[in-house]
Amino acid sequence: MTQHEEDHKQHRVPYGEYILVWFGLLALTCLTVALAGIELGRWVIITALIIASVKSLLVLNVFMHLKYEDRMFRIFALVALVTFIIFISLTFFDYAFH
Amino acid sequence: MGLWLFLFSELILFGGMFIIYAVYRFMHAGEFRLAAAELDPFIGTINTMILLTSSLTVAMSITAIQQGRKYLSMVLVSSTLVLGLVFLVNKYFEWSHKISIGIYPQSPELMNKPQGEILYFGLYYVMTGLHAIHVIIGMAVLGFMLVFIAKGSVNRESFVKLEAGALYWHLVDIIWIFLFPLFYLIH
Repeated sequence: MTQHEEDHKQHRVPYGEYILVWFGLLALTCLTVALAGIELGRWVIITALIIASVKSLLVLNVFMHLKYEDRMFRIFALVALVTFIIFISLTFFDYAFH
Repeated sequence: MGLWLFLFSELILFGGMFIIYAVYRFMHAGEFRLAAAELDPFIGTINTMILLTSSLTVAMSITAIQQGRKYLSMVLVSSTLVLGLVFLVNKYFEWSHKISIGIYPQSPELMNKPQGEILYFGLYYVMTGLHAIHVIIGMAVLGFMLVFIAKGSVNRESFVKLEAGALYWHLVDIIWIFLFPLFYLIH
């Protein structure tokens, strides 16, 4: 068994925690749909993206175990995310000032 | 670790397309809203819940295998596959409906619409299509995992393969989490 697998055997996520997160995800989905119905104008897209990000963080941290993994993995994921956000920002920056 | 690197590359793939979506939506906000009205948010919501539930079942299958509960693990992986299939069936209905009313890439019906709507549907087909391909790949991988569990090569001592398959599946779920509001909930 590899060292990684050895470490893994330590943290076992209980079914209950998964189910709780699942309820949260379903609730957030309902929230997104409900908010889309109200007249929020330009805010609807940013609230939808914020809620989607919260859902993703839940999936990443609990379902995908990131919360329980070595800090190294979390740092890698953060770097990837920040890189992506930089891509988007630069694109818009470029587009807006052209 | 290797699989996480692969997931990051997938992030760039879909991320690039989300950026294209963002720019075109910025340029054609009104037409995007018009075009989005063709989509059924109800089916979209159901599909979102289906994928979220499938992520639950595959996550639980790992706890099950850690406990040595082989049968439960197989039931959970199978449930994930069934849910994935239902998702694809829904997508099939959505697509065939649109195609039947003449909205598909390069259709005369679509080409007559304003530029923004053409872009919206182009992005819709490419992004949900690419996503659906990933769902199919994910299902194939999990199908293999099911066989491995049955044969015992994935067991409570060694289940990294199952974790890898599950990670891929969760990524597919996360991509949909973003696709859903961006295509279905523009009002």
